[in-house]
Amino acid sequence: MTDLLIKLVPVFPLLAVILNGLAGRRYSHEVAHRLAWGSVGLSFLCTIVVFVDIIRTGTPHEVIAYQWIFGGDLTINLAYLVDPLTCIMLLVITGVGFLIHVYSVGYMHGEDGFTRFFTYMNLFMVSMLLLVMGNNYVVLFIGWEGVGLCSYLLIGYYYDKISAAKAASKAFVVNRIGDAGFLLAIFLIFINFKTLDYTNIFPQVSQLSPDMATAIALCLLVGAVGKSAQIPLYTWLPDAMEGPTPVSALIHAATMVTAGVYMIVRNHAIFDLSPTAMTIVGIIGGLTALFAATIGLVQTDIKRVLAYSTVSQLGYMFLGCGIGAYTAAIFHLMTHAFFKALLFLSAGSVIHALSGEQDIRKMGGLSSKIPWTYRLFLIGTVAIAGIPPLAGFWSKDEILAHAFTHHHYLLYGMAALGAFLTAFYMFRLTYLTFYGTSRIDHHTEEHVHESPMVMVGPLMALGVLSIVGGFLGFPPEHGWLHQFLAPVVGPGGEHDVGTGLVLTLMMIATGIALLGWGLAHYFYSVNPSAPERLAAKFQAVYTALLNKYYVDELYDLLLVEPIKKWGLLLDWFDRTVIDGLVRAVARMAELGAAGSTWMEKYVIYGGLNVIGYGNHLVSRQWRQLQSGMVHHYAAIIVAGLFLLAVVIQLIMQL
Amino acid sequence: MVPLSAYIAVSAVLFITGLLGVLIRRNFIIVLMSVEIMLNAANINLVAFSYYLESMAGQLVALFVIAIAAGEAAIGLAIIIVVFRGKISTNVDEMNLLKW
Repeated sequence: MTDLLIKLVPVFPLLAVILNGLAGRRYSHEVAHRLAWGSVGLSFLCTIVVFVDIIRTGTPHEVIAYQWIFGGDLTINLAYLVDPLTCIMLLVITGVGFLIHVYSVGYMHGEDGFTRFFTYMNLFMVSMLLLVMGNNYVVLFIGWEGVGLCSYLLIGYYYDKISAAKAASKAFVVNRIGDAGFLLAIFLIFINFKTLDYTNIFPQVSQLSPDMATAIALCLLVGAVGKSAQIPLYTWLPDAMEGPTPVSALIHAATMVTAGVYMIVRNHAIFDLSPTAMTIVGIIGGLTALFAATIGLVQTDIKRVLAYSTVSQLGYMFLGCGIGAYTAAIFHLMTHAFFKALLFLSAGSVIHALSGEQDIRKMGGLSSKIPWTYRLFLIGTVAIAGIPPLAGFWSKDEILAHAFTHHHYLLYGMAALGAFLTAFYMFRLTYLTFYGTSRIDHHTEEHVHESPMVMVGPLMALGVLSIVGGFLGFPPEHGWLHQFLAPVVGPGGEHDVGTGLVLTLMMIATGIALLGWGLAHYFYSVNPSAPERLAAKFQAVYTALLNKYYVDELYDLLLVEPIKKWGLLLDWFDRTVIDGLVRAVARMAELGAAGSTWMEKYVIYGGLNVIGYGNHLVSRQWRQLQSGMVHHYAAIIVAGLFLLAVVIQLIMQL
Repeated sequence: MVPLSAYIAVSAVLFITGLLGVLIRRNFIIVLMSVEIMLNAANINLVAFSYYLESMAGQLVALFVIAIAAGEAAIGLAIIIVVFRGKISTNVDEMNLLKW
């Protein structure tokens, strides 16, 4: 029964993809969107049943859906492994995914390509489900590429917009770099274990040499860094905000970008063998968390601030993985999915209310005009800032505390500073959007309206999750989530640090968050001219931040342009040398063919014609003999007889 | 006693006469008559050799030849009449249908 439900989970969205993709034009948008969110809802229901079953029995399920590749020693099945880790991922994906689908019905209302949008979204759901459910690296990789494809398709949803098309290509190409690393990791794993099934590999990882473990872990890390937008491959994610807002919420905040974290946690057995790789993971995470947060401080596009915030929060998850706090990383992944989806969707609601305006310099004073959006956005802000008792506090504090108690003081410092910046820029965003005087132009202001219930409803659900979600991991390090995940990631954080230290760290974290809030309050409410003066004072820093440290320009200069030039060189080489050779061969063949034509025409045909004409001439004479007159024939017979007589006579004489 | 060579000579003269008649004359009826002459030349030969070799087989064959010649003359005349009705002519030069 459970096995069947597990098989059904990805089937529902797949059916919706097939129906909407092939026949979506034949029926109305009403039918199409019902199919879309309905199928995800059904998957969610199946997931809940599976989840309850796994809580009850405590055993992971391994289901072979389809025997796919087998030959010799190699067997690769389309098979699912549903253990507690997958369960959490499934709940987040189908649950948050369902809410975002429902929200999209309102947000995308009246857009061109409504059905196309939902087809891509459902295809994304299928890929993401395969990604987290697969029991081997091949299925994981298929899902991995599938979500990349859907990300590309949905970033480029407004394909007639140049910037959207470019952003889509950028996301796709940058992800290719990561995927190459991931593929190498899969090859290395196959060489070492002769199998690609998790359940066969993880029990025997200890046979790996330390160097090999480091190599595999680093290759996996490259894949994770690409997909989860970490330094140095994070540049695609802010640009990905060109897609519709629900896409940003679902793919570029809640689910796809967390695939890298999932993958590292799934392979933690390999990472555990390599302290080097772990250190690198931690440093990348910490750097990204801090780096992206600083950029987020000065951005003026509401979605881009959230995008940098996402990069930064993913950095926290990587940091958590790097210090071995896998449960905390998954915990933060889950709470982040709640509050970041909430923030993105609320931002979408703001954009919706302002008829497409995304620049926070042209917002302000919206709290009374769109009260529900305001309240829910505030919940999201408080949650991500890490103010107890909302969700973000518990998960972020756990990563911070783990870093501190395991003596990663440098990482702790980076993370704490990042947390301060997070609180600051999120409250900055809230103040600029919802408080103060309105900077909206008059024409837009007349049309400001609260979003319909179909959009606010999912926001409320996410708001509730953002408030209570943190209690799944309460008390810290011994919560329900920790026990549930223990069979997969091992008993994390089994150490006695004393309640005092834990409480102190919590107080510090809360203090940092409140400090960030306070500063934002001072800058954007009490003394609104302060930010400008500060910017003027540190002109160089401000410009660098505003231009995102010129990383995109640097990449263009160092990588993109040289590669383009190299491409042009190759193009020239192809056109002149290769094509020249090809043309020379063609010319030779042409000449040869002309020679044979001449030969055929004059020699062979000539010979044949001689034979033909000869026959013709001879037979023209010869056929005169057949006159049809009896006496001619009689004469011939007589002549023959006479000839015969002569011949016989001659022979007799011999 | 008439020698055998005399019979053969007469027979040969008759045969040549018939043969020339077949090859040279253009009237269908004369051609048919010439064929009769050639057949009779053969009959003389047969009877003469039958007598000299004291065997009745030759005379027997001669009787068969006479019977066949009668049949042949009847069929030949019938063909001539049919052709004559179509062509109003008994000239063999106008009859060249055998080439098809």
